[in-house]
Amino acid sequence: MGKAWRYGDNVDTDVIIPARYLTTTDPGDLASHALEDLDPSFAAQVKPGDVVVAGDNFGCGSSREHAAICLKAAGVSAVVAGSFARIFFRNAINTGLPILECPEAVRDISNGDEVEVDLEHGVVVNVTRGQEYQAEPLPEFVMDIVRAGGLVGWVKQRVAAS
Amino acid sequence: MGSTITEKILAAHAGVDSVSPGEIIMCKVDLAMANDVTAPPAADAFARMEVGRVWDAAKIALVASHFAPAKDIASAGLLSRMRQFAQQHGIEHYFEAGRGGIEHILLPEEALVIPGDVVIGADSHSCTYGALGCFSTGVGSTDLAAVWATGEIWLRVPESMRIEYTGRPGPWVVGKDLILTVIAEIGDDGARYMAMEHTGEAIGHLSMDSRLTLTNMAIEAGAKSGIIPADETTIGYVSGRQQEMGRQRDMQVFASDETAAYARELTIDVDAIEPMVARPSLPSLSVPVTEVSGTRVDQVFIGSCTNARIEDLRIAAHVLGDHQIAKHVRVMVIPATQRVWQQANAEGLLDRFAAAGCAVSTPTCGACLGAHMGVLGPGEVCVSTSNRNYVGRMGDPTADVYLANPAVAMATAVAGEIAHPAEVQPVAPAERGVLVGG
Repeated sequence: MGKAWRYGDNVDTDVIIPARYLTTTDPGDLASHALEDLDPSFAAQVKPGDVVVAGDNFGCGSSREHAAICLKAAGVSAVVAGSFARIFFRNAINTGLPILECPEAVRDISNGDEVEVDLEHGVVVNVTRGQEYQAEPLPEFVMDIVRAGGLVGWVKQRVAAS
Repeated sequence: MGSTITEKILAAHAGVDSVSPGEIIMCKVDLAMANDVTAPPAADAFARMEVGRVWDAAKIALVASHFAPAKDIASAGLLSRMRQFAQQHGIEHYFEAGRGGIEHILLPEEALVIPGDVVIGADSHSCTYGALGCFSTGVGSTDLAAVWATGEIWLRVPESMRIEYTGRPGPWVVGKDLILTVIAEIGDDGARYMAMEHTGEAIGHLSMDSRLTLTNMAIEAGAKSGIIPADETTIGYVSGRQQEMGRQRDMQVFASDETAAYARELTIDVDAIEPMVARPSLPSLSVPVTEVSGTRVDQVFIGSCTNARIEDLRIAAHVLGDHQIAKHVRVMVIPATQRVWQQANAEGLLDRFAAAGCAVSTPTCGACLGAHMGVLGPGEVCVSTSNRNYVGRMGDPTADVYLANPAVAMATAVAGEIAHPAEVQPVAPAERGVLVGG
């Protein structure tokens, strides 16, 4: 459970992690600049377990996986959005950052609300307001990648099985 | 019910007769590309997969493009990690600064991408290659590492959006204006998860260079891919590249069935399109150039995977003519590849740019992503021929970026404020034969 950081539509990967920081691949270094060009207070104030809640097309733009990595390394426990850009969606699943599409929850969650996310069952709970939402469940194929801890673990399982 | 061109290519690479939108398939890959930003994390993920060797060293391309030539010590470290991976795995298609350039213009030039292929690139603008009648899409580094390990990728078969372009482009209208018009109409996520299929008589009037711009910006509408079915122009271009490069592979020309199903169909009247400019800070905020004429600028950037091909530079030089750049404007001209640079040099274009006061650089993605060679300072205003005008994309988050075609960009450089190209060059390029070839 954690505090909701509420943002709007079209949060692109350039504002999640600007290119000027892409000369490092260290997750901790990247986390210290997470969302810097959108919300300069985020990286310093985010607490482990917090949830990023945003509108449509979250993670659009550049394919930089650093965007998913920096949010996870910053302590973000999940991203709940109205919808995700497809490359960010894959990157989050592949690197083990929990994500759920749930426009109804996004509509009702305000900045600072306490939010809980159950990825396995696709449930988003707004603890502050006592409301529960059923998100669009992830396809079973995608859940297999999640359960393997990400794409690296999933590939290792497949290669071992073949 | 019939299949779309995208469904046919994916089915052929999944080893099945047909596929349907929404279905998840395992798909064989013909080429896997990464650059200096995405290859190092991919190499780390690949090592953690513990498979040892890459699946096929001849089907991997590694391109030093984003921070190349190294802009600082840290980026030199990334470039070095990519080079070491290439050496360790015997990657034949490794392109160093001075022998490559921006990947999305380079790989078609090198005849490494041909009709019917499935191309996966660790860069969002990997959708560009679809102009050659292939399926191509962008992914992150871990996805790419999985392709290196297995030669396959999981894909959700996309719904298709069919866009029919009627009429004929006006004298100052190129592929950039068509795609900005489409994005303005459908929005920044209007084609999210979809394959954008570009068809219609107007496509036949577009050069290969202009078509590559059209598919390049599919991602700016949220699309998984953009595709233009191969026609005589495509086959002529690819055959020419194969011959020059000495690379022969058989092209597989696919076409959509008349009975194929589309999630959305759109008709664009190309006769009505004017040169377009995307206002800050989304590509969908595109309007005809006349609506933003007079906006004073500090920098003009002519470059990127969107508009730095030879046709783009010819158009820019044509608009420039004998003019000088406005005194208060800084102009960066960055040809996309070594080959484009050499061609532009041979035609005298680089001299003309330099004599007018432009800074002309060796190929790099640099300025487009605010990395180097044209980073914007606080409050600066830039007209760019690139693809993204997001907050902070080209430098300081308070800078404003307007996206435009190369003719508008150079007209703006001359006028010192956003201008229609006809204001500085009364003769349109098509009438002068600037657009020949391609």
